[in-house]
Amino acid sequence: MAQFVDRQELDFLLFDVMGMDRLTSSDRYAAYDHETAEAILDSAQAIAAKHFEPIAAEMDANEPRVVDGKVVIQQEAKEALAAYAEAGFFAAGFDEGDGGMQMPKLLSLAVSGLFTCANNALANYAFLTQANAAMLRAFGSPEQVATYLPPMLEGRWFGTMCLSEPQAGSSLSDITTKAEPQGDGTYRISGTKMWISGGDHELSENIVHMVLAKIPGGAPGVKGISLFLVPRYRVDENGQVGDWNNITLGGLNHKMGQRGTTNCLLNFSDGGDTIGTLVGAEGAGMAAMFHMMNEARLAVGHGAAMCGLGGYLASLQYARERLQGRHPLNKDATSPQLPIIDHADVRRMLLAQKTAVEGATTLTSWCAALVDRMSVTDDPDEQKRLNGLLDVLTPIAKSWPSEHCLEANKHAIQILGGYGYTRDFPMERFYRDNRLNHIHEGTYAIHGLDLLGRKVRMRGGADFIALLEELDAIATRADAYGELKPHVAALRSAIQELSETTRTLCAEPDVNRSLANATLYLNTFGHVVIAALHLWRAETALTKRGEDDAFRDGVLASCRYFFAYELPKTQTDFAFLRGMDDTCLTMRDAWFGNA
Amino acid sequence: MKVLVPVKRVIDYNVKVRVKADGSGVDLANVKMSMNPFDEIAVEEAIRLKEAGKAEEVVAVSIGVKQAQETLRTALAMGADRAILVVAADDVHHDIEPLAVAKILAKVVEEEQPGLILCGKQAIDNDMNATGQMLSALLGWSQGTFASELDIDGDSAVVTREVDGGLQTIKVKMPAIVTVDLRLNEPRYASLPNIMKAKKKPLDEKTADDYGVDVTPRLEIVKTSEPVARAAGIMVGSVDELVAKLKEAGAV
Ligand SMILES: Cc1cc2nc3c(=O)[nH]c(=O)nc-3n(C[C@H](O)[C@H](O)[C@H](O)COP(=O)(O)OP(=O)(O)OC[C@H]3O[C@@H](n4cnc5c(N)ncnc54)[C@H](O)[C@@H]3O)c2cc1C
Ligand SMILES: Cc1cc2nc3c(=O)[nH]c(=O)nc-3n(C[C@H](O)[C@H](O)[C@H](O)COP(=O)(O)OP(=O)(O)OC[C@H]3O[C@@H](n4cnc5c(N)ncnc54)[C@H](O)[C@@H]3O)c2cc1C
Repeated sequence: MAQFVDRQELDFLLFDVMGMDRLTSSDRYAAYDHETAEAILDSAQAIAAKHFEPIAAEMDANEPRVVDGKVVIQQEAKEALAAYAEAGFFAAGFDEGDGGMQMPKLLSLAVSGLFTCANNALANYAFLTQANAAMLRAFGSPEQVATYLPPMLEGRWFGTMCLSEPQAGSSLSDITTKAEPQGDGTYRISGTKMWISGGDHELSENIVHMVLAKIPGGAPGVKGISLFLVPRYRVDENGQVGDWNNITLGGLNHKMGQRGTTNCLLNFSDGGDTIGTLVGAEGAGMAAMFHMMNEARLAVGHGAAMCGLGGYLASLQYARERLQGRHPLNKDATSPQLPIIDHADVRRMLLAQKTAVEGATTLTSWCAALVDRMSVTDDPDEQKRLNGLLDVLTPIAKSWPSEHCLEANKHAIQILGGYGYTRDFPMERFYRDNRLNHIHEGTYAIHGLDLLGRKVRMRGGADFIALLEELDAIATRADAYGELKPHVAALRSAIQELSETTRTLCAEPDVNRSLANATLYLNTFGHVVIAALHLWRAETALTKRGEDDAFRDGVLASCRYFFAYELPKTQTDFAFLRGMDDTCLTMRDAWFGNA
Repeated sequence: MKVLVPVKRVIDYNVKVRVKADGSGVDLANVKMSMNPFDEIAVEEAIRLKEAGKAEEVVAVSIGVKQAQETLRTALAMGADRAILVVAADDVHHDIEPLAVAKILAKVVEEEQPGLILCGKQAIDNDMNATGQMLSALLGWSQGTFASELDIDGDSAVVTREVDGGLQTIKVKMPAIVTVDLRLNEPRYASLPNIMKAKKKPLDEKTADDYGVDVTPRLEIVKTSEPVARAAGIMVGSVDELVAKLKEAGAV
């Protein structure tokens, strides 16, 4: 069985770095003491080990197929999700008043991570349902909530998000799906949605689609988009599943990765009427989506980190066992070969993965911890500050892991040499699964634009400055340890450069020019944040001196690696960004050659 | 009827075991610990007896370090009604030997008066396979070991045992001790609501001294060492090739 978690690292992250125990002092999370959290992680790990991981390779090899109009997925997938449901994981993150367990976000992210790393494609069905249910809870009418929420929290009905269309992906203002009022409070939904994950299957009794559509005669662009709840099977007053709602499966997309998750072209009002109900106010569809997006993006970033983790653990195990080559100085051909972990270059590739995965999981966990702090504070100023921090951090938490944990998967393949390139090992699957995280929930480019074009400028730059203060506070804490002082200085200087570069870019009146290298800005900003987080981890590990030397030294080595190999790159990048190079901006279409 | 289920806290079966540098044992500091998997099966069976109306109460008991209360919480989260922790060691590396455990359990039985004791056939840490048998001798109760099926029928229990070469079915008089094997059942997961409920279930704490049992080790560990490393494998193209290679190696 492939390993999908390192519980010592997870404990360190949740309890020592993030201080999850402190949450118990709030009424809201009083039940989540250390022992309870461990018991929950145990249960999740047991289910993931028994039901999720063993079918991951098989689900990848046998994509869902359409047979007689129905999507066929192996039976074990349904049983696995039933075990997940029975243990109560669908409802875990919801409030007790809604029938949930009120689990802190920090813990539920870790729990989701176990399932993602064990079987990403399978876990998606559950996560989509939970995201859909959270949206319904936040914006649905009392009747909609009463009808649709309980079966979703029980895991009997699944959910989807239907935003994208064939002609409108990044630019959602250009969607054309229509919602016509029927006069009875319902709407007739017609049009085509593309890329819908979990859009069709027989794993659940019903599928609840959250659909973005335009009401004819409404405002143009984003303001004319509303959100609709559209079930696959209509639901009667008693909550019973009834007639089919005329949503046809136009086809399944054949994907590079995450292949066990059906990905569908769906036609609404195909043959008969597809009926939906409005969620929230008319024209407020995008606002509702944005409300949920921070969370969805955090989940994508964490998913990327989990693909990275799977590759790391498997390549580490391999590197300890594979015998190949001798040290450069050893010319004795009869001497035994070394485990490849003894080669410095293999250690480089392991360290690159280790630091990427630890940096990424610490970032997503920090965001989750901020969400938890927001839900337990009554102070409106503090709420605003935390919300602002999350606004700036979210594009980074989504994007940095999707770039650098994908790179980590490349190293994992490389460590296995030729074997990494085969399907006998999970590395190439992790790589393919991870590749999506760079694309969906806003591409890398879109987040660069979001960060530099909006987030750092919001509220006069107040949120951006609040984040710099947080990073500086980490430096101050680390400064107490002599061995970390050089890193503290390096981090402070990088923070300074980030601040200056941002100021220069925001002052540029030609917005096209200031945003031309937004993707690089996103990446470099991310590096500064990740460096700070490694310092935070190192400082935490030093306060635990004497407990487990090998583990602590591993944390310190990660920090050292990141500050030696990665952070220095930001100096070049910041100087380049401030120069506002226009090579790409001024490049002409015609110069690219013939394609 | 009351069912007593002794559960042991052992190194998690997923953990890669590391031998301590001085060879005195296995390194347990900062290592994930869990309920002995055979004991999980015993807890599951006890809960099923209760669900079938054949038992009224399931009591889990653990003997060892204070942290064993986490193991007891797991049993409670699975569905046991209450738990007894007998603290008998401070150091996680101090393994309480089967005889001492059996003696303590015999005292607990005196107090609790269960009609059935269900325990794992062995613990995966020291593989002793002795506690159930010793307890049976101390109490003078009948025993059915290595159970892969169990049927309680009034004042007797029918136990199907996994023995060399097949299955043996025996009938024993109650009260009895049954030690369980892997195939008896598949233990349930603790659901999130039950993990929360478990925190409110009673957990009594005792010490070995309360029962007047001396837990000083009687066995001396001479040496602990890693198993010999496994040699690298090879890929074969066909069954014929496999057979040929095995013959070559003198394995068949
Ligand atoms: C496996 C998978 C699952 C998905 N699941 C869902 C789902 O469940 N529900 C759903 O609604 N959607 C889903 N999507 C759709 C996903 O969100 C879109 O693919 C994504 O938003 C990009 O849109 P697009 O594919 O149309 O690419 P395009 O928007 O055509 O983008 C193509 C390229 O152009 C760049 N680009 C576009 N606009 C700009 C700009 N303004 N500035 C700079 N660069 C730009 C992009 O960065 C990208 O590199 C899924 C996609 C995939 C592949
Ligand atoms: C699709 C495919 C086609 C192939 N076709 C052919 C073919 O036609 N003919 C043929 O003969 N071979 C072929 N190969 C084999 C290929 O050349 C080997 O996979 C490659 O040489 C790596 O060897 P390995 O897979 O045994 O990895 P290993 O040698 O085990 O390497 C594993 C890892 O350890 C590192 N490492 C190993 N030794 C050292 C060292 N001394 N110092 C530092 N790092 C080290 C490597 O860089 C690598 O990251 C093919 C492989 C594939 C995947």
